Amino acid sequence: MIAQLGFAADIPKDSRQSSYQLMTTENQAMQDDPNLNPALFWVMDGHSLWKEKTGNKNVSCGSCHGDSGKKMAGVATQFPKVIKGRLQTLEGQINQCRSAQQEAPVLAYESKELLALTTFVATQSKGMPITIQETLQNKKDLQQGRLFFNERMGQLNLSCAQCHQDRAGLKLGGSLIPQGHPTAYPIYRIEWQTMGSLQRRLRNCMSGVRAKQFEYGSTEMAQLELYLMWRARGMPLETPGVRP
Amino acid sequence: MSKTSRTGITAPANAKKDAIIEIRAIAQHDMETGFRYTEDGKRIPRDIIRLFTCRYNDEEVFKADFYPGIGANPLIIFTTIAVASGTIECKWTGDDGYEAVNQVKITVS
Amino acid sequence: MTVLKVNSITPNLTRRLYLSALGILGLSSWLTPFSAGAKQPEAMEAIAKIVGSNAIQNGRVKLVIPPLVESGNLVVLKVAIESPMTSTDYVKAVHIISEANPLPNIFTAYFTPRSGRAEVTTRVRLADSQRVWAIAQMSDGGYWQGYADTLVTLSACTEMI
Repeated sequence: MIAQLGFAADIPKDSRQSSYQLMTTENQAMQDDPNLNPALFWVMDGHSLWKEKTGNKNVSCGSCHGDSGKKMAGVATQFPKVIKGRLQTLEGQINQCRSAQQEAPVLAYESKELLALTTFVATQSKGMPITIQETLQNKKDLQQGRLFFNERMGQLNLSCAQCHQDRAGLKLGGSLIPQGHPTAYPIYRIEWQTMGSLQRRLRNCMSGVRAKQFEYGSTEMAQLELYLMWRARGMPLETPGVRP
Repeated sequence: MSKTSRTGITAPANAKKDAIIEIRAIAQHDMETGFRYTEDGKRIPRDIIRLFTCRYNDEEVFKADFYPGIGANPLIIFTTIAVASGTIECKWTGDDGYEAVNQVKITVS
Repeated sequence: MTVLKVNSITPNLTRRLYLSALGILGLSSWLTPFSAGAKQPEAMEAIAKIVGSNAIQNGRVKLVIPPLVESGNLVVLKVAIESPMTSTDYVKAVHIISEANPLPNIFTAYFTPRSGRAEVTTRVRLADSQRVWAIAQMSDGGYWQGYADTLVTLSACTEMI
């Protein structure tokens, strides 16, 4: 019997639900209708940045990957991914390309540029299923991510699983607790009134239980992201999403 | 806040004469209320879009005053009568010299 | 504010009546959240500025806000005013006034006889549970009003900056 860590049982595949289902009709309409979804501005900004020549090498993302961005279909659904021995998030990979291929400075997390580029790349996979599987390469990181998810943290001494697995669908302070699948990131979060990454949202959760937040771009973040994406495997990507 | 930003207008490309059509106009803008504070307690100054106008073949058909209570990336949906073919132009102006203009064409038969 | 006069019957009963009175007073602000809009006087002042000494009639103005809102940061608001919208009989403007926001005016829309319908939808910020007013100004100089009440909740895990 797993006593100490108390791994919550995985939610059965059929009863997995995107938080889209928990939103009001107005918010769902906001996500679905390109006229109403403010995130479309970031997609446009991202496309402009994609085509912009930059860095010492003076090349654009489009120079290698095609100006339309369509070649990026199926990419976001594979991240986080182990590349050259390192677990990389989508943002991390964009920065990796920037510094290595473009010789341009990396973009800070939550900066307008990084959000725009990440949204642009991720939305090319809209509607496609998340394809993360456990592999020999990512096994250790996935295991660590799963540990983080089930581990109690913070002054409130709560684990992610206690709310988002055991109590998903119940209410916390008037809001329905979602299962917490990262199917729509980056999102336009109504509370932030702007676009934000999954890592920003995870930091919110951690501050919610009064825990020390993982740093942006850290290995811990990537491992937790990996576990969450694996947990959501098979679910379609909704990027760019709107969330309350 | 930059002096201009992206905007979007959605209106039907074609309409029957004298039909009532719906226009949706959205601008990318933080609409900084002036009621928020930085970490060190300094007030972030107000920076919002103040005025939205819509001109149809250069005649003003709709106008709105925005205050800090309007949400970020403001959207406005209104109607107008499709009187003739031509251009529907929307203009947003606001604090710090902000100005954005966008147009769509309409064919009325 | 209701005031409960307690006659001294017996000390114990008085105390109990007093405590239950407090309880009722405490409860009452839960039962009638809308009448306690924090900025109601400012809202009424803003409305008075719009209409001046004219009378405001109830009706013709329909204001629609979701009755329960998960985040006050972006609330869809729709206002529709009954009017033939002809060149001689149309709605000139509609003012949206909040009873609990830091500033009472949220927006003003100006219609013309070319508007077709006196309808506008936008997305507003609501600071708290409150009543929102829509004051319509007609071409004949008349004023009409409508309102909507809404409950604004805060998301459970708000961001700590």
